[in-house]
Amino acid sequence: MSDLILTPNINGADDFYAELLAAHEGLDKAQSDALNARLVLVLANQIGDRAILTQAIQAAALKE
Amino acid sequence: MNKIFEVPLYAYARSPDQDTSSPVRHKVIVIGAGPIGLAAAIDLAQQGIEVVVLDDNDKVSFGSRAVCYAKRPLEILDRLGCGQPMVDKGVEWNLGKVFFDDRQVYDFNLLPEGGHQRPAFINLQQYYFEEYLVNRVRELQEAGAPIEIRGRNKVEAIGTHPDHVKLEVETPEGSYTVEADWLIACDGAGSPVRSMLGLDFVGRVFEDNFLIADVIMDAGFPTERWFWFDPPFNRGQSALLHKQPDNVWRIDLQLGWDIDKEREKRPENVIPRLKAMLGEDVQFELEWVSIYTFQCRRMEKFRHGRVLFAGDAAHQVSPFGARGANSGLQDTDNLIWKLKLVMEGKAPESLLDSYDMERIHGADENILNSSRSTDFITPKSEMSRILRDAVLDLSEQYEFARPLVNSGRLSVPCTYDGSPLNSADALLDGPARTRPGSPCPDAPLGDEFLLPKLGDKFILLTIDADAPDLIEEEGIEVTRLALSVKDDPTLELKRRYLGDNDSAVYLIRPDQHVAARRPTYDDNQFRHAIRRATGKE
Repeated sequence: MSDLILTPNINGADDFYAELLAAHEGLDKAQSDALNARLVLVLANQIGDRAILTQAIQAAALKE
Repeated sequence: MNKIFEVPLYAYARSPDQDTSSPVRHKVIVIGAGPIGLAAAIDLAQQGIEVVVLDDNDKVSFGSRAVCYAKRPLEILDRLGCGQPMVDKGVEWNLGKVFFDDRQVYDFNLLPEGGHQRPAFINLQQYYFEEYLVNRVRELQEAGAPIEIRGRNKVEAIGTHPDHVKLEVETPEGSYTVEADWLIACDGAGSPVRSMLGLDFVGRVFEDNFLIADVIMDAGFPTERWFWFDPPFNRGQSALLHKQPDNVWRIDLQLGWDIDKEREKRPENVIPRLKAMLGEDVQFELEWVSIYTFQCRRMEKFRHGRVLFAGDAAHQVSPFGARGANSGLQDTDNLIWKLKLVMEGKAPESLLDSYDMERIHGADENILNSSRSTDFITPKSEMSRILRDAVLDLSEQYEFARPLVNSGRLSVPCTYDGSPLNSADALLDGPARTRPGSPCPDAPLGDEFLLPKLGDKFILLTIDADAPDLIEEEGIEVTRLALSVKDDPTLELKRRYLGDNDSAVYLIRPDQHVAARRPTYDDNQFRHAIRRATGKE
């Protein structure tokens, strides 16, 4: 079973982050919340692996 | 012309039991002549066990109520001799559409697997279902089977004893006392029997109301299931349109919690809602309107000594997924053969505890699935609504999101994994769907099908394997059904029962669930499996 990657794994981290912020520019709170929700679902589908998704949900909850 | 639900089908008639000095003792009394009670009684009578059904009413149910019947219950009804009229009258459907806001986001085809005698689903009003069951009761009576329905016989009190149950029954001509060795309570979600015995019914109440309407119209809507999330005609809520026979359409409209039920039910309030949904020009007639709230809950135990609970009396689910009547039929399918063996002294009374274990497993699976559907349809927090809407928005453009859309996960039978009646799986790499505990999937056999050859008694299914034609083990007779993969040129029998194996032997219970399987016949192992499947090990 593979493990969730929690070490740096994004090439061009600053570019990615800027792109994420840009996607939210001009959106109100409801639109931004909706975008985030859609993004989570798109990314989750890309991962697919149920065990990794469980680990990701736990990691995001910031509860050790 | 009177509708079937307006005609008394089992009118009150005085029973000799009302004129005896000491109470008459029956083998089994079933309380409730709804679909589950009648199914239980038919199953008993077919197997020669005397049964009396008591019901406080004398008619089939009013309004469509349970409308969607899945393949497994239809197979059970085949065994009870009522599957064919259900399928003949019912509406088969495979197509559906999902709408969000003002637009269709996608459509789907259930693409049911081939090689089954029965369709994946049919829609049929519950009153027809009950009528066919009553017809079957009459047919059995004409053939001399020991079965009786007593209308307007209302049970007022129950006394439980170690070896029998005593009932006080109220009739239009006063009350009488009657006894039974066993009592099966199929008296619905509000079960008076449960209350009289002071038993629990614990679970989750969903704070929501749904308006259901049966509408008669000649509209050109296709035979599809249409589900709306947050439509313009019912903002912030959901709606469902489903076809039934006789141009009757079933409409479910979610109303929310804080409403005036009596007001919402009035035609002057219902009709504008329906016009907004169906279009101003559509001509329709309202046949039945009701408002329901629902709960997801079950009894802690379904067996209480000589009293056995089945159907909604034992467990209640949300209507999404057609898991009410469908799971109730699986309850009695599981119960009756066990009760028969116990009554005949061929199995210990403890076999009935496996009814508890197996059907609680089924009820929990149904409650889990229907709670999840409800949480998707009715998001309980702002973020759950945001995520739900995100799934729906994505589903319009991307196929990946469609499996996440949950407007009801349609009922499938449960596999009794971990049941004490199962023997360990000894068919190496055998198909997972026929592992011990599974309901037998149907398979074509030329012009015939597999399932009608199973049921009512224990069967030893051999596929390209030798075995005795009859085994008897401690009073349990097991009859061999010898098949070959050559009997099915489509190779479904092989795919469903052999996998890569060249042969297989299955021990199949009277409810068509697999008890044990091995690649070849082993006398010692199968005798062991028969004892295990009847609660003797």
